Amino acid sequence: MYLKKFILCLTALFLSPLSFSAWDDINMTPGVNAIAQEIFGLHMTIFWICVVIGALVLGFMVFLIIKYRKKEGVEPADFDDNPKLELTWTILFAVILVGMAIPATTTMIKAYDDEEGDINILITGHQWKWQYEYMEDEVSFFSNLLTSLDARNNIAPKTENYLLEVDEPLVIPVNKRVRFLITANDVIHSWWVPDFAVKQDAIPGFINTAWTYVDEPGVYRGQCTELCGVYHGYMPIVVKAVSDSEYKDFIQGKRDLKAQQALLTEKLWETDELFAIGEEVYLKNCVACHQVNGAGIPPVFPALAGSEIVMNDKGRQVEILMEGVQGAAMQSYAEQLTEVEIAAVITYTRKAWGNDAGGDGEIVVPKEILDYKNNKL
Amino acid sequence: MSAVIEGHHDDHHHGPAKGITRWLYTTNHKDIGSLYLWFSFIMLFIGGAMAMVIRAELFEPGSQIVSPEFYNQMVTNHGLIMVFGVIMPAFVGLANWLIPMQIGAPDMALPRLNNLSFWILPAAFGVLLATFFMEGGAPNFGWTFYAPLSTEYAPPTVTYFIFAVHIMGASSIMGSINVITTILNMRAPGMTLMKMPLFVWSWLITAYLLIAVMPVLAGAVTMMLMDIHFGTSFFKAGGGGDPVLFQHIFWFFGHPEVYIMILPAFGIVSHIIETFSRKPIFGYDSMVYAIASIALLSFVVWAHHMFTVGMPIAGELFFMYSTMLIAIPTGVKVFNWLSTMFKGSLTFETPMLFAIAFVALFTIGGLSGLMLAIAPADFQYHDTYFVVAHFHYVLVPGALFSIIAAVYYWLPKWTGYMYDEFMGKTHFWLSFVSVNLTFFPMHFVGLAGMPRRIPDYAMQFADYNMIVSVGAFLFGLSQLLFLYVVLKAIFYGKKATGQVWEGAQGLEWTLDSPPAYHTFETPPNLEAGEAKG
Ligand code: HEM
Ligand SMILES: [Cu+2]
Repeated sequence: MYLKKFILCLTALFLSPLSFSAWDDINMTPGVNAIAQEIFGLHMTIFWICVVIGALVLGFMVFLIIKYRKKEGVEPADFDDNPKLELTWTILFAVILVGMAIPATTTMIKAYDDEEGDINILITGHQWKWQYEYMEDEVSFFSNLLTSLDARNNIAPKTENYLLEVDEPLVIPVNKRVRFLITANDVIHSWWVPDFAVKQDAIPGFINTAWTYVDEPGVYRGQCTELCGVYHGYMPIVVKAVSDSEYKDFIQGKRDLKAQQALLTEKLWETDELFAIGEEVYLKNCVACHQVNGAGIPPVFPALAGSEIVMNDKGRQVEILMEGVQGAAMQSYAEQLTEVEIAAVITYTRKAWGNDAGGDGEIVVPKEILDYKNNKL
Repeated sequence: MSAVIEGHHDDHHHGPAKGITRWLYTTNHKDIGSLYLWFSFIMLFIGGAMAMVIRAELFEPGSQIVSPEFYNQMVTNHGLIMVFGVIMPAFVGLANWLIPMQIGAPDMALPRLNNLSFWILPAAFGVLLATFFMEGGAPNFGWTFYAPLSTEYAPPTVTYFIFAVHIMGASSIMGSINVITTILNMRAPGMTLMKMPLFVWSWLITAYLLIAVMPVLAGAVTMMLMDIHFGTSFFKAGGGGDPVLFQHIFWFFGHPEVYIMILPAFGIVSHIIETFSRKPIFGYDSMVYAIASIALLSFVVWAHHMFTVGMPIAGELFFMYSTMLIAIPTGVKVFNWLSTMFKGSLTFETPMLFAIAFVALFTIGGLSGLMLAIAPADFQYHDTYFVVAHFHYVLVPGALFSIIAAVYYWLPKWTGYMYDEFMGKTHFWLSFVSVNLTFFPMHFVGLAGMPRRIPDYAMQFADYNMIVSVGAFLFGLSQLLFLYVVLKAIFYGKKATGQVWEGAQGLEWTLDSPPAYHTFETPPNLEAGEAKG
């Protein structure tokens, strides 16, 4: 079965330059905005220059190999330099290079244009998810990989956008200049959307800028391109470019949600309700390290099941979730999760895996998290 | 006093010591050369096994045989071992064997230092490999070990990694001091600098590069050590430090380092091509100047690895132009090799096959390098498989092929036995086909958007990854054949003559095959004749 597939692929590899559709699959994307298209054009120019030089050099080599193989009675020549010729090709190289440098420089200058955008979005890389904050609208959310563990482990089938799908895509309006301010919270990540020709490193302590201007509504996908730890391959980027009115609806929806959240923290909570939300939050945010059964992967990722802190030290656990643990992979969730979610996930960990039997069994309600935040201010 | 002199005198005429002590205590350049080469050969199989794990994991989409964590450890250690454990030691081994024989010197200038610089290497790699069995696992932050992934977020074994890098650096620095001292002081009378064989020239320049940049690498890892254990904040943004500084320091070492891995190859290939073209090398002087200018330029191009970190535009343009400049001396070298073949009388023994493949495939690597140098285009290429394809083209059919070519070329001289030409050619054709099958499609998956250093990938990259993996397995297997050919030559080979190759020029070919344990105890006098070659 592999053999058949392999032969098929091999044929495709050698025929692909001939058929145009296949060629598109294996070339750089032309992109969906002016600068991406210009970079694509530049790429094709230098690509063909290199192909021509390569073909000439390799062709000449083949000629030499055939023409000058050793023959009876033919003596090799014995010249060992030719300064004029050497000077000629050195100058020739320089000319070709200048020819490449000129379009490269103009494209570079356009790509580096750094004006303010109509919309400014702060992008923060976290291990291993992206956070998007609409600066003007004070709306912020996290974007996580959607592909299931089962699909990754070959238990469930893989869909078309395997590893390139997220729970909440970044939404931007078309025909607006969107500026990205890019930074990171822990290690260096890199935010890359090939269709925009934007690849910008997200570096802790720095804010880099990039921008795009999309005129086609659509969904554009990319990935993190700087090794950022274990799950580097699992933090994709999805950008949805929509019409202006859809964009306004999206922002309004996010603001409503925020108001709702604020209300939720005031409500009276049932343990079961918190436990259920908490379980969901746990499966989405915590299992990568602490595992589904709470056993962790000691010593790097400690177990929560049977942990003294989780069972009997509510205050400390709140603190860990809010502040993270210095020098460990455990980050602060204060920004990533809502008060309700933090309270719920703590409640969940204190009740699950027999922890309620071993510990004090108290629950944490959203108000406590809000108080913690307010006290810190 | 006289006792000392007599003792010394005795020394001169006996052969190697018996048993293991011959290798532990040896100060003989030929023994140390062999040690380096065997060490590098062993590391090739260890690093190669890691590559096989990587390619097995990437054979199909979805998790295959290892966890993402272990995958990262494989990627990191594969890179470190191939760079510091295979290519560099192999070149030092060749330098040890060849430099004294090519310049008519009895040995390296500093033989005891020579012994030390070899024997600390297995220690360094022992430490590095031991981290696989320690808590937290082996280094997993890539061979470029960018902070803060390699500092604040590293596994605890990073300290052992730092220690290992320090030892490797010390070994390289000592080795380079030895090479420079030997070349500058011990050439046979009449061998002026501009008459030195090109391999010697290439190593002289490489050794200066090493001395210049290895301390920079040592500085980088020391700063990491301080950040991790002593509370400094060189690279910690939280403490006012600068993660980008790390990359500047690393690549100030790293770019010259990539030329350290290719300049000696230039020397080797020049010798082989002139021998099998039966014609002197074309443009000897321009070859030397090209190597020297590549070496100088390599100090001012480092940030071409960092086009996406957010440099000001002036920086982007400067590093783009300076990198493009390197293409000029590189092109000169390729054209000189072709001109050497022009109107020659070519035969295609195994070393020549590898040397020709080197010129052809290195050219492809150089051209993709030129594309990467174009900063705005690099926004799309950077950190994708396109870069992986580029540096594997310059390092595998580049540096590694030159080393293999050198082994086939000089093995009869070193051992006194011929290898099996048919098996050698079989090895070549298998390697040549599989190396392209492995690395050529990588260009295209890269352009199509596959990032490097990921353990799993989106569906559209599946077909090409399968081809790459099959190519890689084939390439891996072919190198077992190489081991077989070398062992067969040593144990069952036909006797070789002193000249070995019809067209070979140079002092080493005036010696017996194998050469005596000590050679050129009285230097050959070249005042009259020519020694170039
Ligand atoms: C004409 C000559 C060359 C040019 C113009 C060139 C240019 C470049 C550029 C611009 C990059 C950075 C690409 C990126 O990360 O986006 C790069 C990467 C690299 N090059 Fe070259 N290169 C040349 C020759 C070589 C040679 C001779 C070697 C080694 C023998 C080499 C080894 C590497 C390696 C190892 C990397 C990747 C390092 C990493 O990120 O892990 N290159 N090259
Ligand atoms: Cu470089």
